Amino acid sequence: MLRIIARRIFILIPMLVLLSMISFIIIQLPPGDYLSSYVTRLESQGLTVDEAEVARLEQRYGLGKPLYQQYFRWMRNFIVNGDLGRSFGSYGSSYDNKPVTDIIAERLPATMIISIVSTIVVWAIAIPIGIYSATHQYSLMDYLSIFIGFIGLAIPNFLFAIIIMWIVFAQTGHAVTGLFSLEFRHAPWSIAKVIDMLKNVWVPVLVLATAGTAGLIRVMRANLLDELNKQYVVTARAKGLSERRLLWKYPVRIAFNPIFSTIGWLLPAMVGGEALVSIILNLQTIGPVLLTAVLRQDMYLAGSIIMILSALTLIGTLISDIALVWLDPRIRYD
Amino acid sequence: MVLAEQTADLAPVENGDGSTEYLSRGRLIRRRFWRHRLARLGLPVLAALYLMAIFSDFIAPYRPDTRLKGFKDAPPSVIHFGVDENRFQPYVYARKRTFHSKTFREIYTEQEDKKYPIHFFVRGDTYEILGLFKLDLHLFGVDEGANITLFGTDSVSRDLFSRTVIGALVSLFVGLGGVAISFVLGCIIGGIAGYLGGIVDEFIMRIIDLLIAIPTLPLWMVLSAAIPRQWPVAHTYFAITIVLSIVGWTGLARVVRGKLLSLRDLDFVTASKLAGGSDLYIITRHLLPNFASHLIVTMTLAVPGMILGETALSFIGLGMQEPGVSWGVLLDDTKNFGALVHQPWKLIPALFIIVTILMFNFVGDGLRDAADPYSL
Repeated sequence: MLRIIARRIFILIPMLVLLSMISFIIIQLPPGDYLSSYVTRLESQGLTVDEAEVARLEQRYGLGKPLYQQYFRWMRNFIVNGDLGRSFGSYGSSYDNKPVTDIIAERLPATMIISIVSTIVVWAIAIPIGIYSATHQYSLMDYLSIFIGFIGLAIPNFLFAIIIMWIVFAQTGHAVTGLFSLEFRHAPWSIAKVIDMLKNVWVPVLVLATAGTAGLIRVMRANLLDELNKQYVVTARAKGLSERRLLWKYPVRIAFNPIFSTIGWLLPAMVGGEALVSIILNLQTIGPVLLTAVLRQDMYLAGSIIMILSALTLIGTLISDIALVWLDPRIRYD
Repeated sequence: MVLAEQTADLAPVENGDGSTEYLSRGRLIRRRFWRHRLARLGLPVLAALYLMAIFSDFIAPYRPDTRLKGFKDAPPSVIHFGVDENRFQPYVYARKRTFHSKTFREIYTEQEDKKYPIHFFVRGDTYEILGLFKLDLHLFGVDEGANITLFGTDSVSRDLFSRTVIGALVSLFVGLGGVAISFVLGCIIGGIAGYLGGIVDEFIMRIIDLLIAIPTLPLWMVLSAAIPRQWPVAHTYFAITIVLSIVGWTGLARVVRGKLLSLRDLDFVTASKLAGGSDLYIITRHLLPNFASHLIVTMTLAVPGMILGETALSFIGLGMQEPGVSWGVLLDDTKNFGALVHQPWKLIPALFIIVTILMFNFVGDGLRDAADPYSL
């Protein structure tokens, strides 16, 4: 067991390095760079651009150098100093010239809380319903859950967010945007801030959880149905095992397998879905920052966010693989 | 003995009345598919949607950029029936705009003395077919002096029905295009991995793992940010299709590889090899028919994801841009959800998205059931 984990962690390292390279290349893809779009922006406002200023900026960010040198500079700073560069900012937000690590540290907790709370809600709702649906196939509840599953699948997250906002606004005149009350919006993280967030977090959680629940009910129901038709279940029943023990001892455990094996993908799915929902609901999470960074070619910020999210996914996949080995003794990696 | 020879390729199916039919694989698949009620609903609806998209220029009474002067944020037209003797002749009233005394919001009132019958196959705005020839025939329309806006108008007085119908062209075909590109990439790369195996397989699979590890939407966002703003609509559209399939092919490649790996060591493949079958013969005759059905299922279920991707990208301003029209572009008007309370018709394009996604999932489900017709 330990050997398997050690081996997987060992493979993880080159994967992470590759990933940082991919992230860096992706953010260089848009034509032009931050400086040229900065200059065009200034010129479009009718301002003249000082050549010396541009040269100074180019020197400061190492933008004139070849790509691989820029990459090594970026990586070296990260490994040695934990420094991912600075946001280029200058678009009049509070992020002007702030270190990327600070911005991410400020936004990541909210993102993680939303993702984790949504996941727990999804599991708490979907797993019991999935089990019930499978054991009571073609009952009224089963059809109801199939129906809900399809609806959740068909309504994209961001549309659902718009619809919920529309309904709440039409009914109460209250706009459910933002994650924090005013007094906490710019406050540093504290227990009081987390409590305040939990009061406002239900809308994004509801939106994200609905889609996840729909998918998971379908998976859980299908898996369990497959298991329930197998010979060993019939044998166990014939031997007089109680229905409850019969269900929980093996079929449910095995039906969990695909769920555990996709835990790693949960985070990118949640963050991907969360990004759009956050943009619409105006939440202080990673998603909207990434969008602005991408649009402004703020490459260190965008690249770092992509790299960190991807790294979290790889680590998530590792954890889910380990959980799988632990859960299902039949699975062995040699 | 004679019977056995005749039915070598056929599978016995017992009917309810005790008789047994022998059906070919194709008929078994069709029969299974049609037994899936939701799929039976999904297929015609999808067909109708795609037909609507193909003939969108003809169905839409206006061009997507036609501005109906003085009809900003107008609600859907109400259609009445019965002009003079003809009880079934549909007509609309001309509408008059006034402003609310306090909110200054537009109010449109029907002028009941001005009936405008709806004509079919009328001449209207000119459009081009494939850039080849010009046409001005429209499915329906009303005479000068009134207008017909089935889904209302948007904030710059354009007919939402025309825009929805014409936007379908982009939104519906982006999925097919993306899946087509993914299909080619997935088959080639997955095929190489599965057929060669070993170190090549390991390498390709790790690359796929990496690509999957990058969150889809952010990756799409970064890639479509690379599309130059000043490109013409058609180029942007093509670029977005490619962006969507960059993530899409990984799923298909995994299916192809997995199936090839499990099939290539089976007895019938070995037997065919020993009998002197060439690689190409084995692949096309034995392997492809065995996983073609799974491929089709995976592809069908991949289409809605891509349609949603395009919608999401266009919605946040990274996909299709004005003057291009897609369902995502149309949803831009819903960002002001305060106005939605007074103009709920602006959510109609969303309804089209939801129905499309739902129907693709129904059909995909039906195909999945039908893909393996020998199982019970």
